[in-house]
Amino acid sequence: MSIAPAEFEAPSERRSEDYLWTLNFGPQHPATHTTLRLVLKLEGERVVDAMPEMGYLHSGFEKIGEHLTFNQYVTVTDRMNYISPMANNVAWHHAVEKLLGIELTPRCSYIRTIIAELARISDHLLCNGAVGLDTGAFTFFLYAFYQREVIYDIFETLCGARFTNSYTRVGGVSQDITPLVIEKIRSFLKTFPKTLDDMERLLNRNRIFVDRTKGVGLLTKAEAINRGATGPVARASGVTRDLRRDEPYLAYADLDFHVCCAAAGDCYARYLVRMQEMRESLKIVAQALENLPAGPVNVGIDQRTALPNKKQVYSTIEGTISHFELSMSNRGFEVPCEESYAAIEAPNGELGFYIVGDGEDAAYRARCRPPSVLHFALFPHLIRGHTLSDVVAVLGSLNIIAAELDR
Amino acid sequence: MNPSSDAPSDSVPTCPHLAAVQQACGPLESSVFRGQQRVVVPAEQSFAALSLLKDRGFDLLVDVSCVDYLEYRGAKHRYGLVYLLANTSSNDRLTVRVFVDDPEPTVASVVPLWEAANWLEREVWDLFGIRFTGHPDLRRLVMPEEFTAHPLRKDYPLQGRGERHNFPVITRDHS
Repeated sequence: MSIAPAEFEAPSERRSEDYLWTLNFGPQHPATHTTLRLVLKLEGERVVDAMPEMGYLHSGFEKIGEHLTFNQYVTVTDRMNYISPMANNVAWHHAVEKLLGIELTPRCSYIRTIIAELARISDHLLCNGAVGLDTGAFTFFLYAFYQREVIYDIFETLCGARFTNSYTRVGGVSQDITPLVIEKIRSFLKTFPKTLDDMERLLNRNRIFVDRTKGVGLLTKAEAINRGATGPVARASGVTRDLRRDEPYLAYADLDFHVCCAAAGDCYARYLVRMQEMRESLKIVAQALENLPAGPVNVGIDQRTALPNKKQVYSTIEGTISHFELSMSNRGFEVPCEESYAAIEAPNGELGFYIVGDGEDAAYRARCRPPSVLHFALFPHLIRGHTLSDVVAVLGSLNIIAAELDR
Repeated sequence: MNPSSDAPSDSVPTCPHLAAVQQACGPLESSVFRGQQRVVVPAEQSFAALSLLKDRGFDLLVDVSCVDYLEYRGAKHRYGLVYLLANTSSNDRLTVRVFVDDPEPTVASVVPLWEAANWLEREVWDLFGIRFTGHPDLRRLVMPEEFTAHPLRKDYPLQGRGERHNFPVITRDHS
């Protein structure tokens, strides 16, 4: 025989909080994927409120940025959004070059465009793969991760590092792109659309997946703008903002692509936007590869920013002097006592750096504008009223990367 | 915006939004660097100016951050807040600077205007110790709650003040 709770005490005497159950989710939990914590208030299985906590991976990246030179700090940006380190490298040196007023060579901007788009594909593969994994689609996750390996191989051939690439330099990149890399990217461009078709066939109309993501974690357009969402999260809510089109940087002005948007604003729309963006990225990579300009990859010796190549160092006096000066502190960059902000459309949203220069080789202040912070702040708004099992779907669709979140 | 620059451009502003803010708040220092329009607003008028700019179409608050000018050559103020605004329809951008000083660096919170400011202002409070009046939940964001310093200030050393060594060790028996 069961006794209803109402028989014990009158509802008016009961405190409203009494039958809420507090569940601690994280900071170490397989479904958070990274080190972050949620304190959930549950009524039965329904989430009444959520309190996100962050800071478990705080490593003072911005403080370190005040002590490392512009070229050294790129290794730290690798560790911010470690899912797409190439995009962070590009963002950091894009901002540095804006402050120093350096114009890139056409070949360098095309190479950076290619690697930034490959980074976007690998980021979206992880995000959508993880959403699939958390909602029960394990095969989908393996499809996504196999393709990420292919992109890692391309990056390894390009710069020698698979994961923490540190590929860009002030005024250029560490190595020029080689025919072998181009061949590998071409073969990826051929094989990847087939996998993408398979992945879409696996999930797009999968009953379980659609039921678990459609209508979950709704974000309206007005809310998305007011709460500072950018990137795929905002575009899935109908915000047609994409810095690649709106403030063209690198080579994007020359390339033809669509900005992928959806109106629904739920987890399913975010999944679809990411899937579609991968196809657009493939288009961009293919065009950039076809039109890759010849010529030098780094800016010239006269600008005194990028290290000259070894042939120049050993056979010309300008190269020797330039190499020597750039290796010495206080003889390298001419940094203005000014401040500037530059952002790129990173896979996760607007990733920008606000850099203050004071004439030294290192930044006086290197503020990183991470998209993850604003997206994680959205979380309680998105999850209220949904069930506990929706937590992982919403969290996955926001693609929170704790290392970028905490810095 | 370099606070040491002695020549504030009092010329007629070209940006229409700037003119509107100047009309409301009086003459303001403004400058352009690498195509970025920047304007300095006095701390007591920051909320009114930002509110006006929001009404004029700057619907996206891109970032709120801060710079500590303690060691900056020729700086007149200690802290400079940075509000990066953007317009999602016209893609205009505007940087609003607000300078505050010790001992009580305080500025009005813009959470009533943009919900996005909530965590960004918490981060500035955490790392720089600038109070935002009217903030609904001004707690530390990335540092632990019991931390006392504000580590992104320039007088805080890179390697910390030994907080790490003094963390209480929790053993299995006394947890």
